[in-house]
Amino acid sequence: MRNLRQPPIKPSEITSESHFRRRREILKAAVAAGLIPSGLASTPTTAAPLPGDGRFSDLTHWPDSTTATPTPVDFVTSYNNYYEFGTDKSDPSKYAHTLVTDPWSVSVEGEADHTGTYTLEDILEPHTLEERIYRFRCVEAWSMVVPWAGFPLGDLLKRFAPTSRAKYVEFFTLNDPDTMPGLRYPVLRWPYREGLTIAEAMHPLTLLTVGLYGRVLPNQNGAPLRLIVPWKYGFKSIKSIVRIRFTESQPATSWNMANAREYGFYSNVNPDVPHPRWSQASERPLGAGLFASRVPTLLFNGYAEDVAGLYAGLDLVRHY
Amino acid sequence: MTRRRLAWLKGGVVLAGLTPLALLVTRAAGIGSLGANPVQEVQQTLGITALNLLLITLTITPLRRLSGFSWLIGLRRALGLLAFAYALLHALSYIVLDRRLDWPSLIVDVIERPWITVGFLALVLLVPLAVTSTNAMQRRLGKRWRSLHRSIYLIGVLGVLHFFLQVKLDTSEPLLYALILAALLGFRVVDWLRRRTRRRPLNKS
Repeated sequence: MRNLRQPPIKPSEITSESHFRRRREILKAAVAAGLIPSGLASTPTTAAPLPGDGRFSDLTHWPDSTTATPTPVDFVTSYNNYYEFGTDKSDPSKYAHTLVTDPWSVSVEGEADHTGTYTLEDILEPHTLEERIYRFRCVEAWSMVVPWAGFPLGDLLKRFAPTSRAKYVEFFTLNDPDTMPGLRYPVLRWPYREGLTIAEAMHPLTLLTVGLYGRVLPNQNGAPLRLIVPWKYGFKSIKSIVRIRFTESQPATSWNMANAREYGFYSNVNPDVPHPRWSQASERPLGAGLFASRVPTLLFNGYAEDVAGLYAGLDLVRHY
Repeated sequence: MTRRRLAWLKGGVVLAGLTPLALLVTRAAGIGSLGANPVQEVQQTLGITALNLLLITLTITPLRRLSGFSWLIGLRRALGLLAFAYALLHALSYIVLDRRLDWPSLIVDVIERPWITVGFLALVLLVPLAVTSTNAMQRRLGKRWRSLHRSIYLIGVLGVLHFFLQVKLDTSEPLLYALILAALLGFRVVDWLRRRTRRRPLNKS
């Protein structure tokens, strides 16, 4: 029985979904424009500290960026592996709009002195964001070059004061079946989990990433917070991080659980260690065109000078 | 079904069968796009179309038996040759576009990677079928033609296996193809069993 004391809502009065999703940004912009006194427009303290219009205005230049030509952004944001939204390359860009990235918090657990739940603002606030152009190599033998925006993961982890028992760092992706339709299918062990040794996590190249091409990460690229570990195959660069755990023993990783013979814990890029079903000696750069050649793959994706020291004495064939 | 109508129908089947190829060509030319990884897109589209056409070819006989439309057999050669054409183009896209005629690496692939061995075998087995597809060949080979062309069952299995072994993790699509192939082959098994029991009439007293 309709409540006749209030007039029915007209379709023209319904807030459009895009305005609804951007309500905090709209409020902030209104406050900034002086249209609303700041005390009246209460934005929750968990509001993301990411720029309201999605663009980073003052990224620090990083001197060691690769000089290779960056991959066109349309390809970077439309050719994705994010199985929580489907297993086709075009699925994440089609379906990831349901991902809710605000509010966002990360739970820090395990062998550290300052464990607890941190909002995205807590995570990002003290750090200066840099733009780093990295090579990215997928285990499927395609690659891309992307200008990421972020800061070294090690700078964040130090704030949690990991103890001497912390030998590894484990990461988990969001696992929300209401907003991630791909979770219905057990293609991988959900939640998606990855891990690094403490040395790899603390390495200056390991980037805690919040943007690409000067803009906030699109959902399909792992918004709002992901890792980029450029010398490893791309699946190690975990997306949409909600949990960080310092552990004493080597953590299980989703791809290793799916197929241990094909996806090892280290998964360092190595042209001399083939995937059981295909060679890793060469790769196909995205956007290179129908008649382009494959390109030879470099050991550690070309970052050997920076990271080879982490693996001195380690048999890279056994520890793939 | 008159001969003229069947000819028109055959033409329609060939046109429909060539459409996926035409779409790939137009996308490559810039109308639409082949996406971030065009070589893979071309390779995969040609491969899946070859498999689709192979399965459609295998539905002709069951459809014939169930519907009674014996003229359907007239469409089978066009479909089979289309399947072969796409399988050949799929292999060529791999050899030319992906591997760029790097014969040493291609030989290594065929020998060392089981899924490529299986695919290569399927293609090789298709060749005698394509070569003997003409009416003249059918007359020349007589009874042996039927036995030779029964190898399409093995080729179907190899094709689906090639798809299955190639997939990274999500086996749902190859499994679906395997189920369809099993049903199409199963029909023939059931049909063969029924024919066998019919040859021995029941003793009526």
